Amino acid sequence: MSKKLLLGNEAVAQGLYEAGVKFVSSYPGTPSTEITEAAVKFDGIYCEWAPNEKVAFEAAFGACTGGARSFCGMKHVGLNVAADPLFTVSYIGVNGGMVCAVADDPAIHSSQNEQDSRNYAIAAKVPMLESCDSAECKEYTKLAYELSEKYDTPVLLRLSTRVSHSRSIVEEKSRNEPKLKEYKRDISKNVMMPAMARKAHEKVEKRTEALREYAETSGINSIEYNNKKIGIIAAGTTYTYAKEALGDSASYLKLGMVNPLPVKLIEDFAKEVEALYVIEELDDVIETHCRKHGVKVIGKEMFSRLGEFSQRTVRETILGSTPSLLEFEGEIPPRPPVLCAGCPHRGLFYALKGMDLYVSGDIGCYTLGAQAPLSVTDTVACMGASVSGLHGFNTVRGKEQAKKSVAVIGDSTFIHSGITGLIDIAYNKGNSTVIVLDNSITGMTGHQNNPANGLTIAGDPTVAVDLEALAKAVGISRVVVVDPYDVDTTREAVKKELEADEPSLIISRRPCALLKNVKHSLPLTVDKDKCVGCKMCLKVGCPALSQIKDAVSGKTKAVISDSQCVGCGICQFACKTKAIKEGGEQ
Amino acid sequence: MTNSVKNILIVGVGGQGTLLASKIMGKCFVDSGYDVKVSEVHGMSQRGGSVVTYVRYGDKVWSSVIEKGEADIIISFEQLEAARWLPYLKPDGVIISNTQQIDPMPVIMGQTEYPEDILEKIRKLGVNVMAVGADELAMKAGTIKAANTVLLGAAAHFTDIDEAEWIEAVRTTVPQKTVDVNLKAFKLGYNCFGVSAEGRI
Repeated sequence: MSKKLLLGNEAVAQGLYEAGVKFVSSYPGTPSTEITEAAVKFDGIYCEWAPNEKVAFEAAFGACTGGARSFCGMKHVGLNVAADPLFTVSYIGVNGGMVCAVADDPAIHSSQNEQDSRNYAIAAKVPMLESCDSAECKEYTKLAYELSEKYDTPVLLRLSTRVSHSRSIVEEKSRNEPKLKEYKRDISKNVMMPAMARKAHEKVEKRTEALREYAETSGINSIEYNNKKIGIIAAGTTYTYAKEALGDSASYLKLGMVNPLPVKLIEDFAKEVEALYVIEELDDVIETHCRKHGVKVIGKEMFSRLGEFSQRTVRETILGSTPSLLEFEGEIPPRPPVLCAGCPHRGLFYALKGMDLYVSGDIGCYTLGAQAPLSVTDTVACMGASVSGLHGFNTVRGKEQAKKSVAVIGDSTFIHSGITGLIDIAYNKGNSTVIVLDNSITGMTGHQNNPANGLTIAGDPTVAVDLEALAKAVGISRVVVVDPYDVDTTREAVKKELEADEPSLIISRRPCALLKNVKHSLPLTVDKDKCVGCKMCLKVGCPALSQIKDAVSGKTKAVISDSQCVGCGICQFACKTKAIKEGGEQ
Repeated sequence: MTNSVKNILIVGVGGQGTLLASKIMGKCFVDSGYDVKVSEVHGMSQRGGSVVTYVRYGDKVWSSVIEKGEADIIISFEQLEAARWLPYLKPDGVIISNTQQIDPMPVIMGQTEYPEDILEKIRKLGVNVMAVGADELAMKAGTIKAANTVLLGAAAHFTDIDEAEWIEAVRTTVPQKTVDVNLKAFKLGYNCFGVSAEGRI
């Protein structure tokens, strides 16, 4: 037995190992990605990246039907994609245990919204556990499998950025290897036709009541009485914030299971304390439950529905204390994230810049194409919406619009849910131009292999989706491949495809500059005699490029950071005086 | 209640290697018998944005985040980030800052200017600011990439953990083939203030 400092996500993986899980299928998404990345390192767990969360959930469901303990992990918005199987697997139940971890992102560190996934547990009528640190991540993962098998239900494990991406101490134990359960055909349980589904729904309602009884009595939700003037009901991170801020000066009802919620336990606690606060980030799930059962609580009238909390939130809201703080005198320039030096997406975006196009964007590193100075993207909603959204936009705005608009979508996102949009365009005789930014990796989440790059999660060679053949197979006959480092050729190719009277797929192909096997050129240099200080090169938005005043001439000239520049040459297309030279040139 | 807990904020620009520094720190504090929590930032802001890592250790650590006015030490991998995160420092806290300047995009674009004399301005507020030329020291150790370990070494000087334990944590956390260069970098950082460094937390 050893003590280790593990990320919450790594601790979930440790829990999967100890619980004897055999099958893991996930789609990467911050802050959930490292669960599956850690799980693949254990012997005895089959792991895979699925094309999307719906597939991952269904594959895990199939594995549990086949008698193994199975798992899928995703971020909060991923559960939207997997919601379809979730709701009906809730009716069917399990054979081997099945757990789905869903990581919320309050404060929107790396997402497009801050939805509260507890609402899914309520709506799909499945139990949900919520852990507050890495030790609980491991324990609750194991507990979730026991509950799943005992109550015949998939179980949701709710995480959040602060739990998933915080390291705390975990004790590692050995694996408990359960046998593969027998599979027997059971049509009344496993086939959800109306007659069976009606009965299954009845079973689900009874299950919820049985789980509520578990929530009341099992100890998963526990009371700690200290000073009874202040009572706190909290779960997950907010429990740790309350303990930090209030210590023994308050009493606590800590909820480890956030669906279904106990009633009697809350009523008993409420009777003992003077002022009862519910501290929960995002929605008023616990508060609404309390009020529904006539328990008077203080909640969202004092605590925000937005963003993350901390010990400071609790201290200021309940105790009213505000510390005096050090402040820097003067303006501090913001530091927004940028595309890396050498990022192939920059070449494509720079080619689109100035063409006055409507650019339908998507989810990935290339969402940053909306940032200054590139600022080319018009919309970003969710995975895949660039393609289907463009089809709708062009259909209502007519033929001419189709010549002035493109969708941009990454390779992994295209496989996730862009291909269905492309089928929509081809099938319904649309005339849209779709650009796949194929950088051979799932980038933003930290470099995961995907079905288009020919490598499995373990790095083993496998078949790669042939994007050109795929597009042709769905009915797109115009398919071209460009190198985004060659900005002029890329721009010409886009112009040509926009002019065509049929839909096109342009594949902008160049591996991510951060990949280890990518060879870089020498850093570029600026010929000071040729540079006129026009600042055109700054419009590519490269972090390796800036302008400084030349000490000798007193004129402003471009400079290239040789520690950052990878010699991609995109800025050379922006320079009108040919002042940017290859590395080593005089 | 929280008095025994020490708070270290590591700030910088995405891609500078703040995560490795916090990983070594966490390991060192665990091996020294403390309860530890480290909170990291992954995802979008890692792409060249302002990043922060919280490291907390003590007898019992509840929250994984450090709030404004709570940090005993801020380790800043870049000067501007020291200014940005200054409100998180306790009035009697220490800032260990790299002297490196990385222009953010709004400065590159000429929309705003990079403030001058940042560390001097912070010093004038009565804050103990220790400046480290981490890039030069890292080059001395063998690679500019080890600047993060130099800064870790400089900060380690201000904790109540022995140098030997720090060295063990570096040795067991960094990738095998980079052990030598990282140990060199750590020692250069640890000794960069000579005997004048005071104010252990």
